[in-house]
This record gives sequence, structure tokens and C-alpha cells, in this order.
Amino acid sequence: MKLVTAVIKPHKWEDVRAALETVGVTGMTVSEVSGYGRQKGHTEVYRGAEYDISLVPKIRIEIVVDDADVEVVTGSIVQAARTGRIGDGKVWVSPVESVVRVRTGERDEGAI
Amino acid sequence: MTSLALRPLVLDTGDTAWLLVASALVLLMAPGLALFYGGMVRSKGVLNMMMMTFGALGVIVVVWVLVGYSLAFGDDVGWGLVGDPTQFFGLQSLMSEDSNGDGTVPRILFAVFQGLFCVITGALVSGAIADRARFGAWLVFVAVWTVLVYAPVAHWVFDFSAGDHVGGWIANDLGAIDFAGGMAVEICSGASGLALALVLGPRLGFGKDPMRPHNLTLVMLGAGLLWFGWFGFNAGSALAANQTAAIVFTTTLLAGAAGSLGWLLLERLRDGHATTLGAASGLVAGLVAITPSCGSLTPLGAIAMGGVAGVVCALAVGLKYRFGYDDSLDVVGVHLVGGLIGTFGIGVLGSAAAPTGVDGLLYGGGVDQLGKQLVGGGAVLVYAFVVSGIIGVVIDKAMGFRIHEEHELTGIDQVVHAETAYDLHATAGARSGHSVLGTMTHREDNE
Repeated sequence: MKLVTAVIKPHKWEDVRAALETVGVTGMTVSEVSGYGRQKGHTEVYRGAEYDISLVPKIRIEIVVDDADVEVVTGSIVQAARTGRIGDGKVWVSPVESVVRVRTGERDEGAI
Repeated sequence: MTSLALRPLVLDTGDTAWLLVASALVLLMAPGLALFYGGMVRSKGVLNMMMMTFGALGVIVVVWVLVGYSLAFGDDVGWGLVGDPTQFFGLQSLMSEDSNGDGTVPRILFAVFQGLFCVITGALVSGAIADRARFGAWLVFVAVWTVLVYAPVAHWVFDFSAGDHVGGWIANDLGAIDFAGGMAVEICSGASGLALALVLGPRLGFGKDPMRPHNLTLVMLGAGLLWFGWFGFNAGSALAANQTAAIVFTTTLLAGAAGSLGWLLLERLRDGHATTLGAASGLVAGLVAITPSCGSLTPLGAIAMGGVAGVVCALAVGLKYRFGYDDSLDVVGVHLVGGLIGTFGIGVLGSAAAPTGVDGLLYGGGVDQLGKQLVGGGAVLVYAFVVSGIIGVVIDKAMGFRIHEEHELTGIDQVVHAETAYDLHATAGARSGHSVLGTMTHREDNE
């Protein structure tokens, strides 16, 4: 099992959700987060005073998937989230040792 | 400002109805200002910012009725400096219809209308000391300030001599024009705010940490309410539903609009963006400048006055970074500078065709009126700055004016008022005794 984590632009969230639904992903955890990459945020101006805002709003998606589904899930996220401009985000995959469904007590593959 | 005493003898229901409405409009400026200022501070200080306005409202109207109105509009007790402090104690003597003297509106209504001017002036000062003043010290300040700063200045500027009544020196001896409070409200609040900003010192992290406005939609809503209320402020100062009020209404509309455009134009050229905060600030700057001059300009003059104020105030708000004083919400840059523009501008743009106007420099009137305006505005600036500074220092020594450093970092709302403005996280406000980030205790639970 793997944990696929994606950090994407907020306005691409609906596209990514639709793409994941198409490839059969049934559940995920989504959070509003902030961060920055190589672009180092942006500048805002209030009454002439410039503020460098280093943290940019992002959406973070977490999905636990079977090993066999990793490629199709990451691929669909990358395809749906890409605008080609700076700040499109990242997707990474980490190993998962064990999963338990709280309601039934099912474990691992049965709990995904 | 037209003196009550100069008006005809009989009460007029139209005038009275208008002044009742105008007074309510001026009161609406208080919550308007609370929203305007509240949106400009960080989210951890929005409630305290609003409470400084509402607290000032509570304190000032009471002090005004007890002694403020007498000091401002009582018979002069010497050299045009201050009125008899006991003359209208509690407004008791204004209860009967006989007390109306020779005005067309009830004198008690005039007293309340003027008291609301004091409220908005005091509340404006708080913008200079956002996020760092002890609430109790602030309330003490506005009470003392009403007595020692605002009421005397209102006497100088607004109290006209008539019959047996002797008024203040700026209105009568000097002859400077201030229709609705460029000196008494704008210069006075700006100079007082500057003094307090210097007494309290800058916010922790000023000039280093980002302290951007936390909610510009509140700012826009507040600015809109301020503009709405400003019609009562300026056109109500005609004290009658007449041609003067109509002209003042027009100039108030035009100067606000032109002020907004002026600020936006400067921003677009200087920073590359026309911002919402700029639109709101510019309209306030235009309204500030038209406050003294609303009865002295033509409509075209009002557009010029508002536009100049929008541009100059937009430039002036940067002064705090250059000189290092933390006038947090630009009371100096907008109200002091805008008030000076409007007060001095009468000597330049004033037109005899306007109800309270005399020909200024551009209308061939020479420098006579400009000189009077400079003396009046300068005197109010120096007096308000010095006396407010002294009051601030005394309060600081006696009870402490500034909150504890750690409390300032935590957030003044939570520490001083035991509240936070926004509950945006499900985990932060659980109703039962146990929550992740906080524990709620019902009073019943303790019984």
C-alpha cells in the first residue's frame, strides 16, 4: 500500500477530484494548506506598503491506494493539476505499513 | 458651522426632522468606523479595535452631557478659550421648550448632535494605537481628552457669539472658517493620534513583520457607512433643511468621489495596482478635506479639493515609515493631513458664491482668509498634540497605557476581552467540556 500526497493549486481541485473519480478512487482526505516552492510567494500592496507574502494557499490531497494503482492515480493527478505555469505543485508517494477501517476493523487492502 | 443663535425665532419641524436624522447618521459613523478600522488590523486585534470605538461612544456621550457641552457651548469664561463648565450640567436646563432660545431646532438636539461629533473625533484617535493600548487606559484617555482637548477646541471653532452669548476665539475673533470640523474633528483627531502613537511607541515588529489588513470587505463596508453618515455630519451642520444643506450635501458627495479617484490614480501610477483599500482610503481623505470646506466651495471646487486630498494623503501615509512612528491605521496621513488640506484649502479654493465662502486666492480674494485658516488650523494642531501627549504620558505613568509585551504577541482580543473574532476551526470551539484546543466550562457546571 502507498500514500499518495498531492499539493496542488486550489482552482485545480475540482478537475483533480473529477479525474480521480474517473479512475475509481473512492475516498481521500483534503485540506487547505499553505506553502511555497521556488517562486517564493507573491507581493501585495496596502496603502503603498509592499508585503512579501511567502506562503501561497494550496490544496493538499491524501489517498491511500494499492501498490498497483499508484501509477494511474499519480498520473491522473498530475495531468489534471497541470497548468504549465509556476506553482503547479508536487505529488509524492510514501509507503504505508498498515491501514484499519474504523467502522468495521477491516485491515490493510480490505480497508482501502 | 452655522450658529444656532443666528437663526430665526421659531422652531421649524422640517429643520428639526432633518437634524434628528442627521444626528442618527452621525451616530452610524461610529459602527462604520469600527468596521473600517476593524478590517484594517490583524485578525487577533479586530474586536479590540471595534471596542475602542464603541467604548469611546459610551464614555464620551456621558462626559459630554455632564460637562463637555457646557465647556464647548457655554458662555465664554475668558479670552474665547473655554465655555462655562457648569452652565448646561446634565443638559437639565435644556429640557423645557423655553430653553430653545432663538433657534429653529431644539437646543437639546443641537447638544446631542455636537456630542456625536466628539464621539467620532475621539474614536478616530484610536486608529493610531491599534493592537497595543490597555482598554481601561483608553477609556480614561477619551474621558479626559473630551474635557481638556475636544470641548475647548469645539468652543474655539464652533461656538459663535450672538446677543449676550460670547463664543470662541477662532470662530469670532479670528474669523477662520470650519463648517463641519476640519479643525475640531480632523486636525484635532490627527494631532491627538500622532501624540498617542509617540507615547505608546510602535507595535512589536512594526516595519518588520507583515501587519496587513485582515478583512478588506469590512473596510469597504465601513467606508460606505462612513460616507453615508458623513452626509449627516456635513449637511446636518447647516442645522436646517435648506439651500445650504443641499449645497453641502453636493460638495460632500463630489469630494468623496474625487478623493477615491485621486488615491486610485496615484496607486495605479506608483504601485501598478488600483486597490480596494486605496478606494476606501481615498474617499475618506476626500471627505476629511471637504469637512471644513463643504460650505465654502463650488461643486467644481469640491472635486478639486477631494482629488488633491486623495493624492496628497496617499503620499502622506508613507511618512510613518520614513519617520518611524507607528500611526497604525494612518490617522495622521489621512485625517491630520486631509484636515490641513481642507482647512487651508478654503483660503485657496473658497468662493463667495458658496453659503459660508469667501473668495480665496484662486478667486481673487488675496491671502487674508488663507492666513486666518493657517492660524486656526495651526493652533488646533499644536494644542491637541501637546495636551493629548501630556494626558497620554500621565495615564502611562499612573496606570500604564500599553499592554504587556506577551499579551500583544498573543493577541489583544483574547487577552483583554476574552474573545476571538472568528471561529474558523471545528476543533477550536467544541461545545462539550473537552475540545482539542480549548476547554469550555459552563457556569452551571460549577454550581
